[in-house]
Amino acid sequence: MSRTKSRNILGWIGTYALWISMTLITLLPIYWLFVVSARTRVELFGRPTLLQTSFYIDNYLKPLSTPAFQRYLTNSLIVATSNALLVAVLAVLATYALSRWKLGGSDSIFFWLITNRMAPAAAFILPLYLLFTRAFRLGDVTLYDTRIGLILLYCLFNLPFAIWLMKGMMDGIPIELDEAAFVDGASTWTVLTRIIVPLAGPGIAVTVILSWVFAWNEYLFAASLTSVQARTITTGLAEFVTVTGTNWGEMAAVSFISLLPALIFLAFVQRYIVMGLTFGAVKE
Amino acid sequence: MRSNRMGWGLLAPTLIILGIMGLLPFFYVLVVGFFDWNVVSATGKPIWTGANNFRRLVFDPNFLGAMSRTLLFTVTVVVSELVLGFVLAQALVKEFPGKSFFRTIHALPLMVAPIAVGATWRLMTVPGFGIAPYYLDRWFGIDYNIGRYAEHAFATTILMDVWHWTPFVTLTMLAGLSALPKEPMEQALVDGANRWQVLRHLTLPMMMPVIITTTFIRLMDALRVVDEVYLLTGGGPGDSTRFIGIHIWRVVMTWTDYGYGSAVSLLVYYFTLVLCWLLFIALTQIGRQQE
Repeated sequence: MSRTKSRNILGWIGTYALWISMTLITLLPIYWLFVVSARTRVELFGRPTLLQTSFYIDNYLKPLSTPAFQRYLTNSLIVATSNALLVAVLAVLATYALSRWKLGGSDSIFFWLITNRMAPAAAFILPLYLLFTRAFRLGDVTLYDTRIGLILLYCLFNLPFAIWLMKGMMDGIPIELDEAAFVDGASTWTVLTRIIVPLAGPGIAVTVILSWVFAWNEYLFAASLTSVQARTITTGLAEFVTVTGTNWGEMAAVSFISLLPALIFLAFVQRYIVMGLTFGAVKE
Repeated sequence: MRSNRMGWGLLAPTLIILGIMGLLPFFYVLVVGFFDWNVVSATGKPIWTGANNFRRLVFDPNFLGAMSRTLLFTVTVVVSELVLGFVLAQALVKEFPGKSFFRTIHALPLMVAPIAVGATWRLMTVPGFGIAPYYLDRWFGIDYNIGRYAEHAFATTILMDVWHWTPFVTLTMLAGLSALPKEPMEQALVDGANRWQVLRHLTLPMMMPVIITTTFIRLMDALRVVDEVYLLTGGGPGDSTRFIGIHIWRVVMTWTDYGYGSAVSLLVYYFTLVLCWLLFIALTQIGRQQE
């Protein structure tokens, strides 16, 4: 009896030791990022310590007060928000169609959706670059270096993700509800706005938040398909390395700003990340 | 009342946007791939070269090097993450106070922008003030420098990826383990099986669907890694961390070799289609088994 008891206690100690060290490993790089962002150049190149008592706010204020950086930040906010809303609307319509109608070839549609989400973004750079700069043009106006271009483009990975995430939730809404409404003479639009959207509300909220975060995080397309006007914060961050090179404090501050949304939204959506990332194949 | 036309109408906007952004570009480069086209060349105009670009691909040491490097990276990270994630998930199955806190923190890297992950790891490893080179030198006397030593840079990209994506494996495995029935394992333990036998003959076979799905998804994501490696090492030193995505970036954006870039993009896209097709078959098989 006492043997199993002491074994249990050892088990508890092991579990906590493991998870406390895992938590430290997860947080250490992010904590170090914060520390670097709070240091002056002189402090930085002294002996590296993990303790930080002062806060050098200029690292944050300087980028935040440059017009270029303000534009990056605004662009990121506009692109991510518009894209998340657009994705949510389209995904509601699409999942409603896929869940309520037996459409021929919907298996192929699902396959194709996975492909778009899984394809290496790098393979899309050149095709899209050529299309954005040469093919889609009206006079001098092209999609290249525009926010609308990015907003539409980010549907490429966010829309498949959103459809996979919401399909299960849509299937969970009993079809009898819409049928009763149709018998009472409601239109498809009424059924969607009055029955489906309110019932799928929480799922839609999660979809919007995760799509927003993915759009905010995107780098490769933003870097290749924008030059000045539509640059986003992730491309601005990369410029710290390639262009200015050595301004580590400011680079850390910008990185920290760019990962704030992840920190803020984490607690709300972490239960759904797995479902979204595995196309609903793994549920919790 | 429920006409098929209505259903297709609701689906249409999605199909149109994805068709324009995801399918049309590849028909365009299918054509461009048969031309020699570099905007900074003497003419700057496309010149018909037949299948030359595709022939060049097969013998290009840069492309083949990037491919094999990417495969080595992918196999290493996927295997390490699967093993580590499975062990961590085992340690999260039982209930204990603080479990949801640990789980939430563990999921944090999944939400962070890959480019910020790269920046974070660069700040950790940069010679001069990074904590990694400082303490490795002080405690173990190791001269760690990812800007100078190819092996250090490659190993660091692997560590970074493991840090970034192991949580994904942990969470999927945890979801799978929590959904398993408890009785068969308990019965086997009562009948005298040891823990290893239970794991080997009961838990692992029952977890197969989840393990296969996770492996495929991690495989696809590891093959397309760009952002974080680009910010950490820029593909260097030399070509030691120039993975396929970074190689394409150089061909397309740095050298503006559009004809050859089209061939590379098409080939990589084709590989993706094949891999996704396998994944899709696996997923539908699993779906059938569960029904």
